[in-house]
Amino acid sequence: MNTLEIKNLNVSIDGQAILKDFNLTIPKGEVHALMGPNGTGKSTLAKVMAGHEDYTVESGEILLDGENILGKEADEISHAGLFLAFQYPMEIPGVSIANFIRAARQARLPEGEDINAVEYYKELYAKMDSLKMDRKFTARSLNEGFSGGEKKRCEILQMAMLEPKYCVMDETDSGLDIDALRIVSEGVNHMRSEERGFLVITHYQRLLDYIIPDVVHVMYDGRIVHSGDKELAKELESKGYDWVKEEFASASA
Amino acid sequence: MSDTDLQDQAIQVDTEKGNFSYPEDYEFDAGVGLNEETVKYISKVKNEDPWVLDFRLKALEIFNKKPMPTKWADTDLENIEFEKIRYYLSKGQVPARSWDDVPDDVKETFERLGIPEQERKFLAGVEAQFDSEASYSRMKEDLEKEGVIFVGSTEGLAKYPEIFKPYFGKVIPTSDNKFSALNSATFSGGSFIYVPKGVKLKQPLQAYFRINAENFGQFERTLIIADEGAEITYMEGCTAPKFETATLHSAVVELVALKNAKIQYITVQNWSSNVFNLVTKRGMADEGAEVKWIDCNIGSRLTMKYPGVVLKGQGARGEVLSIALANDGQHQDTGAKMMHLADNTTSNIISKSISIGEGRSTYRGQVHMPKHLKNCKNNTECDALLINTNSRTDTYPAITTRGQNNTVQHEASVSKVSAEQIFYMMQRGLSEGEAMSLAVNGFVNELMKAFPMEYSVELKRLIDMEMEGSVG
Repeated sequence: MNTLEIKNLNVSIDGQAILKDFNLTIPKGEVHALMGPNGTGKSTLAKVMAGHEDYTVESGEILLDGENILGKEADEISHAGLFLAFQYPMEIPGVSIANFIRAARQARLPEGEDINAVEYYKELYAKMDSLKMDRKFTARSLNEGFSGGEKKRCEILQMAMLEPKYCVMDETDSGLDIDALRIVSEGVNHMRSEERGFLVITHYQRLLDYIIPDVVHVMYDGRIVHSGDKELAKELESKGYDWVKEEFASASA
Repeated sequence: MSDTDLQDQAIQVDTEKGNFSYPEDYEFDAGVGLNEETVKYISKVKNEDPWVLDFRLKALEIFNKKPMPTKWADTDLENIEFEKIRYYLSKGQVPARSWDDVPDDVKETFERLGIPEQERKFLAGVEAQFDSEASYSRMKEDLEKEGVIFVGSTEGLAKYPEIFKPYFGKVIPTSDNKFSALNSATFSGGSFIYVPKGVKLKQPLQAYFRINAENFGQFERTLIIADEGAEITYMEGCTAPKFETATLHSAVVELVALKNAKIQYITVQNWSSNVFNLVTKRGMADEGAEVKWIDCNIGSRLTMKYPGVVLKGQGARGEVLSIALANDGQHQDTGAKMMHLADNTTSNIISKSISIGEGRSTYRGQVHMPKHLKNCKNNTECDALLINTNSRTDTYPAITTRGQNNTVQHEASVSKVSAEQIFYMMQRGLSEGEAMSLAVNGFVNELMKAFPMEYSVELKRLIDMEMEGSVG
């Protein structure tokens, strides 16, 4: 039961199949990396898991600790414990980071209960400190005018504050310089625990030098074609994705 | 819907909370329709001086002659059935000075709206108008000692003609528009306020306008005079129940800020969706004086309101900050007018409108700087936010600038809350309605900082309510 399990997921957009009988199981306590060339369906997978409505789910299940979340509203999926760190976080003008995260926390409380503001800010500041975010950031509009690195740090801050059971990170390393990459990775590593599973989607091996995965999956043409340990990421890096295409194109055809 | 229930308990004034009415039981009733007899009846009940009756009858003539402004305005105006409206309803002429003396049904109405509680918390004085007349009026005693006058229009004209008559109908002449003429013929209630030289009110005075009867027209008349160096903040709130038939609210508000005086006038209206809200508001600012309108328009079927400032003296300042929220079936036609009549005058207009569903919002701005003036400045910003593709927004700025070193700056923007923004917020656990109201609150956030805290809290909750209801 303590798993995030994707079973025989078939997803299309405008009649074109994107995910094809996709299967993946992530037990709590593990970090799984999902790698693959552009256009193989990695981001589609992330959005479908989070309940995005632009995609047509043909069949399949996504079981979060045994409960099917496929077809639920995005906010229900969030409440069930799945967090998606976006590749391109949206800007919300006029809404401060502090107010946004507070609203998200409030939305999780039972009716009639309010957040303790003092404790909330204490926790928020501590987590910002560990992500080396200036406290002045709390008053800034969410993601508005942020650099790429600032946006990604802000995603990790939200992830830390909402304490999800499963974290899906979509290309969190894109747009990060080496210092930001280290800080973000530390933030993620700090959150690793027996109570939490991670799916780290990335195009490059670089991120996995900092967030050491338990399992690496290679995705191609809508499905996982190969899985291995952390060494697989290094092999991919040296051989390149052409190797994947050559090796697995025939299998998926 | 449980969230809505929760907000219901916390909120001071919201659309649902305003949606109740008590059985009608009026001592004075001018009947249905408008003619000379109606006007005479109102004047007689109020025991007015002959000059006031003359003023009313002339206004009625002008009202009858003036065409509806449908050449440029919403043709929905044609649907107002003047002959079916009741123009005067009251339970009595003298407002109580204690809530204990207010009739039970009226007292309960205002208690449900939270007025006595607000009075205790942060107000210097309150007037609560129920249909045509104020049921309750009270100001803190120390202000009375300082010579501040805070009374209804009838009492103001009867008791203090030497103060109010010189300015009455001068900032907004009867013939300004069809609805200012209608108000001038039928006015009742509203606030007449005089703040003596140098007196600065630390707390706001508040009026609350409540329509209880169906097919009713509320025509309050407000005149605020701040003498030299005086300062006052005045706030008004409005609600009405949801009746089947249209109700008319047509007020005239005149502000007079003498040399170096400051007047801030704040409106948070939350009319139900059957109310035609056609209001004329204008302030006059003398040398070094400041008039500031803060105007929030939520609800109503059609609102037409363009608060203005006549910048009459050197160095006068005028400001209009407005927020309009047009939901399904509503049209918020709002804006501002700035008339620069002296050198070194400055004006600022910030307008934010939100259109939801089939809601429509229109901005009309007029800035006038004639040729002979120097060093005048205007800044206009109008931003529109659209919540879905059926929403509509229009902007009609009219700016005339001549003269030397006069500068005008105009910025306008239209933005949308995108599906991707909503998805992002929902992924963090907010419901669709919560996500939308957060986006809307973000849109008006900067402007809300200009509001007194109590009102920005109330406004935020009103927006939340509107957004909760708008998610299908």
